[in-house]
Amino acid sequence: MAFRLRLVPTKTKIRFTRFRTLAVSISSMLNAAAIVLVFTVGLNFGVDFAGGLMIDVKTPKPADLGVMRTALGELNLGEVALQEFGASDNVLIRIEASATDEAAREKILIQVRDALNKAVGPGVVERRVEFVGPKVSGELIEGSAIALILAMIAIAVYVWFRFEWQFGIGGVIALLHDAITTIGLFAVTGMEFNLTTVAAVLTIIGFSINDTVVIYDRIRENMRKYKVMPIDELIDLSINETLSRTVMTVSTVVLTLLALLVFGGEVIRGFAIAMLWGAFVGTYSSIYVAAPILVYGGLKVRGREGADGDQAGAKPATP
Amino acid sequence: MIYFAQWKVWLIAAVIVLGVVFALPNAFPAKSVEGLPNWVPSRQLNLGLDLQGGSHLLLEVETEALVRERLENLVDAVRQTLRRDQIGYTGLGAAGRQVTLKLRDLPQLDKARDLLRGLATPIAGVGAQLGAILGGGGPDIEVETAPDGTITLKLTEAAVLEARRKAIQQSIEIVRRRIDETGVREPTIQQQGAERILVQLPGLDDPDRVKRLLGRTAKMVFRLVDATVSVEEARAGRLPPGSDLLDSTENDSAGRPLQYVVRKQVMVSGESLVDAQPSFDQRTNEPVVSFRFDSVGAKRFGEVTQQNVGRPFAIVLDGKVISAPVIREPILGGSGQISGRFTVQGANDLAVLLRAGALPAPLKIIEERTVGPELGSDSIRAGTIAAFVAVIAVIAFMFLSYGPFAATANIALAVNMVLLAAAMTLLQATLTLPGIAGIVLTVGMAVDANVLIFERIREEVRAGKTPFNAVEAGYKRAFVTILDSNLTTVIAAILLYQFGSGPVRGFAVTLTIGIIASMFTAITLSRLMLVSWMRWARPTTIAI
Repeated sequence: MAFRLRLVPTKTKIRFTRFRTLAVSISSMLNAAAIVLVFTVGLNFGVDFAGGLMIDVKTPKPADLGVMRTALGELNLGEVALQEFGASDNVLIRIEASATDEAAREKILIQVRDALNKAVGPGVVERRVEFVGPKVSGELIEGSAIALILAMIAIAVYVWFRFEWQFGIGGVIALLHDAITTIGLFAVTGMEFNLTTVAAVLTIIGFSINDTVVIYDRIRENMRKYKVMPIDELIDLSINETLSRTVMTVSTVVLTLLALLVFGGEVIRGFAIAMLWGAFVGTYSSIYVAAPILVYGGLKVRGREGADGDQAGAKPATP
Repeated sequence: MIYFAQWKVWLIAAVIVLGVVFALPNAFPAKSVEGLPNWVPSRQLNLGLDLQGGSHLLLEVETEALVRERLENLVDAVRQTLRRDQIGYTGLGAAGRQVTLKLRDLPQLDKARDLLRGLATPIAGVGAQLGAILGGGGPDIEVETAPDGTITLKLTEAAVLEARRKAIQQSIEIVRRRIDETGVREPTIQQQGAERILVQLPGLDDPDRVKRLLGRTAKMVFRLVDATVSVEEARAGRLPPGSDLLDSTENDSAGRPLQYVVRKQVMVSGESLVDAQPSFDQRTNEPVVSFRFDSVGAKRFGEVTQQNVGRPFAIVLDGKVISAPVIREPILGGSGQISGRFTVQGANDLAVLLRAGALPAPLKIIEERTVGPELGSDSIRAGTIAAFVAVIAVIAFMFLSYGPFAATANIALAVNMVLLAAAMTLLQATLTLPGIAGIVLTVGMAVDANVLIFERIREEVRAGKTPFNAVEAGYKRAFVTILDSNLTTVIAAILLYQFGSGPVRGFAVTLTIGIIASMFTAITLSRLMLVSWMRWARPTTIAI
């Protein structure tokens, strides 16, 4: 046989469900920590959600943040945050919402421009200006929250419809786990939380449920095949059988995300980091959260056949 | 047996050919595509503002300003009406959405009520229908009396809705005219919700100028200066009831704005202007704005200037005096010029504003996202590199894992990208930076369908099936899984599209199209390739 890269041996017999108590405890702690952090440390909201003004400038020479900070501080605009953005001559300036109601916005922009040109010299280029008024930022928060909640409900309903209710619940718990830990990651690192982050969380949800469904699919198939196997053994068997595929898919996704992280530029970096985290967490949760939860859900192997035969798209059992 | 109907083969081929045809124009620079004959598909991908540079502005009409203006007019009308009929009142004023007053003389209550009802005007248009549904309809104000002599004139909800509807329609028209004056190519101006206007301006050189033009109401009126009191007296509170104390756009030596006492009555308003052009004053060489009135405006202006020779009048723009020249001689020709210590740019802007007309109510910029052309092209370059690296990495990884079999998956991946580009072009969906991220991610997820199939074939081979049966079973079994797992991702993407805004929507679009394309290529094209190969090679074992 020719050479094949095998990240997972041909036949594995890992007893995943044996660690279910440990996994569930670790996951619960992780989630609790994430929630606590979000409420204590808080999230570094970008202008999308916090409102205010963000200016992305390129300076002619490597930027001296101290000089720029002093120059902008003299304008008395309230809290002004400066941050290097990817390169030494690229600076993000954030001006908090209270100083930037709609009427004052234009004036502030001009003041900042003048102050920068005086402090750094001419040739400061504005690469990006984002302004979000308080009304709009409120709507964006609302819209994002609705999208996340609806996505979870829609996915749960779909999985419930295609499988059984225990699967729907297991899937959603895994998704909550992914979403919460990803948001927790943003609380820990202080990375900017904005609309793109919400997009990342939604994609993570989509990716994670994809993984979960593949395992569930195999569990459903095995439930028809092995009618007397205890449920935990059956779940282990299903995870092991799909393990090679799981690892392959995560690997290709991680490869593309690394490409995005390294070459995709500064604007998209936060997204790539969130997605990378999500790829690992989503895979973990599919194996260690979504599947073992079925054991707690009281899923029984026997007597399934009739019920499953009615499911749309279900294939007849193999002999 | 493995069998592919002939029509299916043709269908797959047709989809791919069409995909190539529609995706191809994107491989050439925009200029070289323009010269092609009409029947050749030449549409290119629609780049988002974050990639080509430009401004996204969300404007909101200040409905409250409309209400305030209507109430102020109503207060004036009430005053005039009651004075004419010599009905005494106190405490006339506007608050919220109503005007209240109290009669001195209770027996006149009914008479006053009937008179004031005469001030209402019927609501026309959609607002009236809405009003009828809401149970009101008819007049725009409701007059109510209380036994103690209090009269309230309440602006109805339908009247406010109608005023807002009219204001937003007029505003869109005026915003369009103002933007057209700046020469922006292909602006998008559309209503969003009940009181917002979305403006998208691709490839803008001077975003500040557009914002300056949109941020001004540009209501211009000519009013006489009230010479009966000095500014100092007016400041001290002795302002005649028919006059206002207005700031000037010019500052005094202390840096505070100059002020004028100006009569409330409007001589001529900017609505009577038919043209305004920037020019230079012949004597001082200062930038000025020359204007011309329509015949009615010209006649009125002539009359007023004739009666007030030697007195100053004020040119008031958005509540500020831009200049207050003395009328030297009657201006009968209907044209004149405004000098207000303008810069060339300032005169230019004012001329544009006057030509385009005044907004019915102030517009507030409530959201702005501007991307400079430099960052846009940087993003395109970075995104393209990332996409190429991702494709190459995935192709290499697939070869390492599945050997020659990976060729089918990899060709499918390439076709997938072509179909994605073609679909985006055909739908004229907007490609944004997050959209590029979506494409890169799709590269990773697109092979998933093939991975599921290959892994399944491996299992079937291990279970002792013949190559043909293993491939057949692999595709058949994997299909349900592919459907279930991909549809859940599509659900998330559709919700993202529905609730996301701007660039994030672009991500949802590429992800959705990418996933659908990958399902198509995995279950048709890669299968066709594998089956054709097996029919040709007739392998007795397969080493997948």
